[in-house]
Amino acid sequence: MKRILCIGMLVCGAVLLAGCPKKPTVSEPSSTTSQIPASSQGGSGAGGASTTVTPFGADESGGGAANANGPLAGRVIYFDFDKAEIKPEFAELITTFAKNLTAHPNLKLRLEGNTDERGTREYNIGLGERRAQAVRRALMLQGVAEGQLTTVSYGAERPAVEGDDEAAWAQNRRVELVYLP
Amino acid sequence: MIKPLRFLSLLALLAASAPLRAEFVVQVTRGQSEATPIAIVPFSTPQESAASFDVAALVGRDLANSGRFNPMDRADMLSQPHLGAAIDFDDWRRLNNDYIVVGQLVTQGPDRFNIQFELFNVLTHQRMLGYQIGTNRAGLRLASHQVADLIFEKIIGVRGAFATRIAYVTVVGHLPNRHYRLYVADADGENPVVIRDSNEPLMSPAWSPDGQSLAYVSFEGQLSSIYVQDVKTQLDIATQQRHLVSAHAGVNQAPAFSPDGKKLALTLSTRDGNLDVYVMDLTTQALTRITDDPGIDTEPEWSKDGQSLYFTSDRAGGPQIYKISLTPGSRPRRLTFQGSYNARPRISPDESQLAFVTQQDGAYRIATMELSGRADPTVLTKGRFDVSPSYAPNGAAIIYASRDRGRGVLAVISSDGRSQHVLVSQEGEIQEPAWGPF
Repeated sequence: MKRILCIGMLVCGAVLLAGCPKKPTVSEPSSTTSQIPASSQGGSGAGGASTTVTPFGADESGGGAANANGPLAGRVIYFDFDKAEIKPEFAELITTFAKNLTAHPNLKLRLEGNTDERGTREYNIGLGERRAQAVRRALMLQGVAEGQLTTVSYGAERPAVEGDDEAAWAQNRRVELVYLP
Repeated sequence: MIKPLRFLSLLALLAASAPLRAEFVVQVTRGQSEATPIAIVPFSTPQESAASFDVAALVGRDLANSGRFNPMDRADMLSQPHLGAAIDFDDWRRLNNDYIVVGQLVTQGPDRFNIQFELFNVLTHQRMLGYQIGTNRAGLRLASHQVADLIFEKIIGVRGAFATRIAYVTVVGHLPNRHYRLYVADADGENPVVIRDSNEPLMSPAWSPDGQSLAYVSFEGQLSSIYVQDVKTQLDIATQQRHLVSAHAGVNQAPAFSPDGKKLALTLSTRDGNLDVYVMDLTTQALTRITDDPGIDTEPEWSKDGQSLYFTSDRAGGPQIYKISLTPGSRPRRLTFQGSYNARPRISPDESQLAFVTQQDGAYRIATMELSGRADPTVLTKGRFDVSPSYAPNGAAIIYASRDRGRGVLAVISSDGRSQHVLVSQEGEIQEPAWGPF
């Protein structure tokens, strides 16, 4: 059981690195700017598994740079522990989304706030909401209409990565930007 | 990781209880040296093998798990009397027992049983208890827990809480196919019944004071909302009524029933994402805002008199515990000052003590604090991820969520921290235990 779990996590990790979308069912609208192609950073399909495998969270960046290769790159903003400030490296991503949303007023974006597993579950819901709101405010500052944005906080309930070390936590402290169908 | 959580497997008790169907594996992880020695003699059982049920093993396991008793290994018993008149007290005294329990399981008809038992003081020969409990087959476990409750109360002087229930959430499967289930089970983890099954997170089960319903948070539809669902004793999912009680835009979280069961404290968010604590009248669904602060205010817990709420707030920086009167215009009072992270308050049933999650050396642990006086908090547990404390209705123990070798488990620790055992599920991660009322 334990062993299966470990293997499962390895496979999961490998798949993540290979660029498999986390939620294949969520179809992002025709927008061309909404998604930075994963292939620019690494393999985009099953055949592209030659991605450079870097240990997550081994650097000091709190996860930002470590996630540049991830499948969620381009639609996820990562945060430092117990923080809801958007780090400068995500400014470009915010701008990309803001441009697309203002150009297509019918588009709706859902901001899903998440935390790492540490701390109490309900307080983490608050923290996740705070992160989602930080992204919402940043988008609105760039002209996105309030009605295009919704937020939800999953707290620690929907981790992107399993594991109880900083490498996993850095991947989980995030806001996912998801276009609604 | 949680080293203290896996040594000291107490007694041959587990072996003795082998015939019982085990949904959970119980490991005693912290024994109590001054546990009272007691002999629980195997009960006589009806001739029909179909009726066999080991009452004594279940009673022994309950008492051992409380940390207050050290039941004798039945292999060491010189005789196995079933009636008080047949007890040779000298034998039992020589085997260092303070108390002895004898009894019988008697068939009284089709699916009708009677558990008769007696409790004696080995030194004085005094008969301290004599009861019979009628039940059907399905009720044999509950009746056995009631036997343990009566013995516990007679000797310890505190009502037993073995015949109560717990709710908890399990998470099965791995990303991206996680699966969430809300369960109600007996306090020892047996007889689990699925209350809700979802591909989206389920959170924060909270019991109504009469034990007839559970409030919980569900993310079905990818929004947080609060439901109240019937969980009456005869659990039948198909007939259980479920009501959506809160589905406002944004956050709908942290439900807690008032002591009279008529109101629900909960956490809602404003449009700009500010979390505050509200009280909802369950009849009219009318909302009263209780806190009003730009920080995160959440995790409400009612005072015993229903006139105040304890809650977590990070208005002063990190999360700390506050108390606020429901009288309009009241200001909250801060209760915790030591450390940078104190959250998720729960009060003991007599409101003498507060249990909460505290951060210590980078780990999250369960601490308690006396509510009267100025005593420092006591950190009870030693794990890295100990959260979600919930008091037993008799206040003698706290159940909480912990981690053992990377896996979510439930742990029960006596309120004084002297004894502890762990419930490891067969089914994956367990989290968010909530101990139901008597």
